[in-house]
Amino acid sequence: MAKKTMIQAITAALGQAIEQDDKVLIFGEDVGKNGGVFRATEGLQEKYGEDKVFDTPLAESGIGGLSIGLALEGFRPVPEIQFFGFIFETMDSIGGQMSRMRYKMDGTRQMPITIRAPFGGGVHTPEMHSDNFEGLIAQFPGMRVVIPSNPYDAKGLLLASIHSNDPVMFLEHMKLYRSFREEVPDEAYEVPLDKAGISREGKDITIVTYGAMVRESLKAADNLAKENIDAEIIDLRTIAPLDMATILASVKKTGRVVVVQEAQKMGGVGNTVVSEISQEAILSLEAPIGFVAAPDTPFPFGEAEGIWLPNANDVEAKVKEIMSY
Amino acid sequence: MATKKNSELLDFAALVNDQEKDFKMVQILNEKGEIVDKDHVPDLTDDQLIELMSKMVWARVLDQRSTALNRQGRLGFYAPTAGHEASQMASVYAMDKADFVLPRYRDVPELIQQGLPLYKAFLWSRGHVEGNNYPEDLHALPPQIIIGAQYVQAAGVALGLKKKKAENVVFAYTGDGGTSQGDFYEGMNFAGHFKAPALFIIENNEFAISVPRSAQSAAKTLAQKAVAAGIPGVQVDGMDPLAVYEVMREARNWAIAGNGPVLIETMTYRYGPHTLSGDDPKRYRSAELDELWHQRDPLNRFRTYLEGKGLWTQEKEDALIEQYKAEIKEAINQADKVEKQTVTSFLKNTYEVQPQNIVSQIETYSKKESN
Repeated sequence: MAKKTMIQAITAALGQAIEQDDKVLIFGEDVGKNGGVFRATEGLQEKYGEDKVFDTPLAESGIGGLSIGLALEGFRPVPEIQFFGFIFETMDSIGGQMSRMRYKMDGTRQMPITIRAPFGGGVHTPEMHSDNFEGLIAQFPGMRVVIPSNPYDAKGLLLASIHSNDPVMFLEHMKLYRSFREEVPDEAYEVPLDKAGISREGKDITIVTYGAMVRESLKAADNLAKENIDAEIIDLRTIAPLDMATILASVKKTGRVVVVQEAQKMGGVGNTVVSEISQEAILSLEAPIGFVAAPDTPFPFGEAEGIWLPNANDVEAKVKEIMSY
Repeated sequence: MATKKNSELLDFAALVNDQEKDFKMVQILNEKGEIVDKDHVPDLTDDQLIELMSKMVWARVLDQRSTALNRQGRLGFYAPTAGHEASQMASVYAMDKADFVLPRYRDVPELIQQGLPLYKAFLWSRGHVEGNNYPEDLHALPPQIIIGAQYVQAAGVALGLKKKKAENVVFAYTGDGGTSQGDFYEGMNFAGHFKAPALFIIENNEFAISVPRSAQSAAKTLAQKAVAAGIPGVQVDGMDPLAVYEVMREARNWAIAGNGPVLIETMTYRYGPHTLSGDDPKRYRSAELDELWHQRDPLNRFRTYLEGKGLWTQEKEDALIEQYKAEIKEAINQADKVEKQTVTSFLKNTYEVQPQNIVSQIETYSKKESN
């Protein structure tokens, strides 16, 4: 057991996935010798060879199609899309092809593909690098969208995603890559898909969130505790399909809920959470559902991230508002 | 002081002129049924020649019957194939059953040749999931609807075959319009880079629905698009079954030997509309052009050739036509007997491991559908 950053946990998972299954292939732009632009695949080509870990030409749709074809030949592709903002180039491979393959072919074929992509705000990228487009992928039945919030979960969720015979979009928040370390077991392990985690237990209010906003919500909860507000934090981990059972159990316990997402408010995962709570637990609520999200503009210019991204203060303020309703 | 140039550095006209010069159309059997390249007549036995002609007759009958069944309301979506018999049947005839085919919606005949039961092809047309329930040993995907997507997938299948050291290829079809898609280039370029065994076939039938080939690209031939990906490109007379067969056979050997993909442009024509869903070719094609292509008909020229060799008679063809009609009738009856689809089974097939929303919807729909 050693303390690892999230990116180190991801690299460890990728290496172990290859060791566990010789059908696992890791490829994408700059993932070989360069080890990926964030070094997620650092050392993997050297260790496991060019047959398992290789660069592709620079074309995301090509990478998507390559993944589907390799999956049809019995491989377990783990492609990297260099930045999630480049996903539009391969949207057909995801939404038009791999997500529906099992359904379309009456269960006779499977697409055990895990697409990794970095995303998320707070690191001052040029445009189309940080955008929170996870809600778009969440629209495709057959896909899973997984977003870890910490190094331990990142390793376990990535291994579970690679082992899954269903396609997974695995999104890695860039701000979390190196911002903190925690104990990560050396051996391979899985954190289950489709299962939310409870990051903090509490009795007064439920905060439903995911990705980098889990850290912001934890900070808010620490401050709220000083004012005797005991917040429970649910980390969705798999944002599509949702683990509503865990959310509803918490909401029924606390009677109050704030949904927090980094993405813009329109569309998005948070609105699905709100909708489901409204349908299934409205009579348990003692106040309207609070919502913290980014404003409905495109992802902001680098220097404007501070005024655009939701943060711990926003969460704290919204929780107080809902508590005093 | 600056010196005056004597001439421009670049002659752009020279750079673009004659780009197509290396892409002369390959022809072995001309439209009169005469061998025009006796050195390259494929090495096919008499029985194989008869078999290839029989498959072309089958494809023509299937097209006629599918059109009639569509009009009777017994078939759904249908993209006519008449005119494509040499391009389709001779290309697939040069392939192995274990080769992987990635068809588009007009390539159902090739899919059937590779092992898709006919009644399943009919079910696909009607919009029944059983039509896409493929046996494990059918190396194929259902017809691709998104133009070009099969090309990037072909690169992946080909790389998989190479990694497994399989002695097989993937062959993927698109039309002339499909060559304008980014995926067309990405597929060729990926397969070329990986030296993966993929055969990319363009069935150039002159029109992408209504838009003529000349309006798709400034390139004089589509075969020359291979140059950009660094792979061989060949243009072949798509109405000439011997030329299509030979080009495909040699391309397959080249790919299997580890040399990478080949792009093959077959020059053909669709006699009918784009699909039977309301397209009227009179809006965009002249009767003269139709007539020109009918004179190049693949069945007529191959029939003449085989009759000249004493291998074919009208009686033989008539008997085959009756046999094929009976098989088609049986298949459509078999399609009628397939059980109705259920949302419950769709839900069960959407994921291998069912998430909560699916579990709860299965419960809802299985109650609803058990009534």
